[in-house]
Amino acid sequence: MKPFDILIIGGGVIGASIARELSRYRLRIGLVEKEEEPAFGVSKSNSGIIHPGTQNPAGSLKARLCVQGNILTRKICKELGVDFKEVGELIVAFDETERGRLLQLKKEGEALGVPGLEIVDSAWLKANEPNLSDKAIAALYAPTAGIVSPYRLVYDLSENAGRNGVKFYTGAGVEGISQRGERRFEIHTPQGIFNTRYLINAAGLFADEISAMAGVDDFKIRPRKGEEFLLDKKREHITNHLLFPLPSQTSKGILVIKTSDGNPMIGPTAEDAADKEDLSTSDAGFKKVLLSAQKMIPSISEDDVIAYFAGLRPSAGKDFIIRHEDKVPGFINVAGIQSPGLTAAPAIALLVADILKKNGLSLNKKLIFHGHREKTMQLFAIPQEKTRRLIKKDASYGDIVCRCEMVSAKEVKDAIKRGARTLDGIKFRTRAQAGRCHGSFCTTRLLKILSESIEKPVTEITKRGPGSEIVKGNKSGD
Amino acid sequence: MAAAIAAHESGVKDILLLERDQYLGGILNQCIHTGFGIEYFKEVLTGPEYAQRFIKEIKKIPDIEISLKSFVVDLTRDKTLTFIKPGILEKVKARVLIMATGCREKTREMIHIAGTRPSGVFSAGLAQKLINIEGLLPGKRVVIAGSGDIGLIMARRFMLEGAEVRAVIEIEKKTRGLLRNVVQCIEDFEIPMYFNHRISKINGKDRVESVTAVKVDDDLNDIPGTDVRFDCDTVLISVGLIPENELIEMAGVQIDKKTNSPVSHELNKTSIPGLFVCGNSFKVYDIVDSVSLDSEIAGRLAAEYLRKKI
Ligand SMILES: Cc1cc2nc3c(=O)[nH]c(=O)nc-3n(C[C@H](O)[C@H](O)[C@H](O)COP(=O)(O)OP(=O)(O)OC[C@H]3O[C@@H](n4cnc5c(N)ncnc54)[C@H](O)[C@@H]3O)c2cc1C
Repeated sequence: MKPFDILIIGGGVIGASIARELSRYRLRIGLVEKEEEPAFGVSKSNSGIIHPGTQNPAGSLKARLCVQGNILTRKICKELGVDFKEVGELIVAFDETERGRLLQLKKEGEALGVPGLEIVDSAWLKANEPNLSDKAIAALYAPTAGIVSPYRLVYDLSENAGRNGVKFYTGAGVEGISQRGERRFEIHTPQGIFNTRYLINAAGLFADEISAMAGVDDFKIRPRKGEEFLLDKKREHITNHLLFPLPSQTSKGILVIKTSDGNPMIGPTAEDAADKEDLSTSDAGFKKVLLSAQKMIPSISEDDVIAYFAGLRPSAGKDFIIRHEDKVPGFINVAGIQSPGLTAAPAIALLVADILKKNGLSLNKKLIFHGHREKTMQLFAIPQEKTRRLIKKDASYGDIVCRCEMVSAKEVKDAIKRGARTLDGIKFRTRAQAGRCHGSFCTTRLLKILSESIEKPVTEITKRGPGSEIVKGNKSGD
Repeated sequence: MAAAIAAHESGVKDILLLERDQYLGGILNQCIHTGFGIEYFKEVLTGPEYAQRFIKEIKKIPDIEISLKSFVVDLTRDKTLTFIKPGILEKVKARVLIMATGCREKTREMIHIAGTRPSGVFSAGLAQKLINIEGLLPGKRVVIAGSGDIGLIMARRFMLEGAEVRAVIEIEKKTRGLLRNVVQCIEDFEIPMYFNHRISKINGKDRVESVTAVKVDDDLNDIPGTDVRFDCDTVLISVGLIPENELIEMAGVQIDKKTNSPVSHELNKTSIPGLFVCGNSFKVYDIVDSVSLDSEIAGRLAAEYLRKKI
């Protein structure tokens, strides 16, 4: 195979953002991802908040890239047809000392360049956030905070990068890196060997291992777990903004979050984890999150919780590590991208392009870059009249597969066309199985549609890749 | 079907029956075990046989129009409903409406079982559908959470398919299923049952590898140090049923938050006049015979409501 100019390792929001940004240029670009689909790493399990940029250490990469990323994300979402909602956030104070800290946070935020910060009083809170505890006395209002669906953002970035020529390889976990001279990397994966001049490491939790393979082992990724709990969509309007407590030394605290699909979410915890693959949730985490959330919104109850998950923050110290490794020319680390990595992603992509340029790669714009993508259709999100027209045009929009979230056979088939290969992939793209019944009713139908579309027996269909097959075989005698 | 037939027998002439599935009979179709109809037909039938009796009956009545694959997406207070089916979005206004939407199973998430989210965690009903309708074997070493009837019946079903059922784990002191199911499905197969225990954790990265159970006291609090681990590749969740009433809730019917049933002082009636709810969507019954009888009452009530209005 002809060598790539650039190979990106990792198909999370960082890898996908870099891929899409660089696809503007006349370059041969490849992306290798170890999982069965993109977005199955950290980027699928986070809070989905596009942070305004407060609460970052002055002078850090994080601080600068977060403020920039907040602006860039809006533009990218518009171009790619991803919903971005500017809901605003409130950092809530419950006593006078906390009120004092709000002023400090405001000053720091303004110095970082965060626009529109304002202290609001309890009367404002009563009027604009009626379910908030009446013990709240003031809040720092950051109007530019927003929400997106993190996995849909990754899917749409990847799809658009693909349209502009980037080659994606999934199930291609990097097992070894060798060098055949300066800027001649050989990347070994189960999908074959790839050659490249520049190598970008965006491997999330495993970025330290990739970096060590390339010969740079001066940092370690320490996973820090965050457990999050989703509430029933019936509680969608429990808050109007994202609600934050005052931050501690190590984390932003337990939040009450609005999500792009409507379900409110509470979390995340922040505990060091021993294992990069340990995504278990705990009774203790549940209790802690529930209590903290109730401190802000007393009416949240245990019975509102309909789903939960854990994500691991890939932390490598206090700041992001984004640099060309001069020791290994052509090798760029984009590591330790913990929060606010989702927000900073598009700014990180620009920074990486700049680093490449400074290190000898010429970036020539293509004559034609397909920057726009048509928004993915979701029946639950559109008015009835539009549904009527769609069903007329294509009958299978009227064939409902997932009853809880109202997902049609057409949407499922489209998701598969766009790359879904697993039941989780279908869920993240369409929301089928993400509702109250958790797939009790639609799993069999989804299995069949996926099996027919990708021409694989039902027994080989997985939840999220090899090892997670849904069934153990055919019934005896069948 | 029972409600439609009863309404027709009571004189209603223009009935539309909407079903979202591609066949009539609902969940009975996957209940291939026997025990249905003892009260209603005084015969022992399987689920599909029981359903078939009603299907045969209803197909003889031209006044009942049946529309399959028809999914109701919207319902308003004035009993206007919108449904979609392949190729069609249709709005109809009914003078009287009977909801017979059944129930769904409680999920692992509703009882907050901690741990990982691998494949191999099924509601008992989904496992039943996979085996009985699709001819697939969901797993080979099974632990069942809860002793609801579907769980008990599935324990036997898995044993008959050559799978091993390692344990049935019930948080209460006694089973929540029918006694006959405990005897025929659990005791006859010598499946260990653990009362006063709850599954506290599901373990495994891609596929279920084990579950952890813990003993609980009378207030259902964990007793420290009583953890037991069961190796398994499958967990069935059978911890109860919830009436499906999201549509009438949308229309503004008062719903009891704890049971998800309509708040009602009289059988089958709701806070909206002329909107009736029957069967398991009114309240969860143990056996289908009671569901049919309840639904017939709803059918007659609907007919009476129409007569009074004219
Ligand atoms: C609980 C939680 C909440 C968060 N909330 C927010 C938030 O609200 N806002 C915000 O801005 N940020 C948030 N973050 C941070 C954000 O999620 C991350 O910064 C971001 O997703 C990191 O993206 P990534 O692409 O670096 O990592 P990933 O998404 O993990 O991508 C790395 C990819 O590399 C692949 N990979 C690994 N090893 C190999 C290999 N050997 N070969 C090939 N591929 C490999 C992985 O499979 C993975 O897909 C949160 C994080 C957590 C955990």
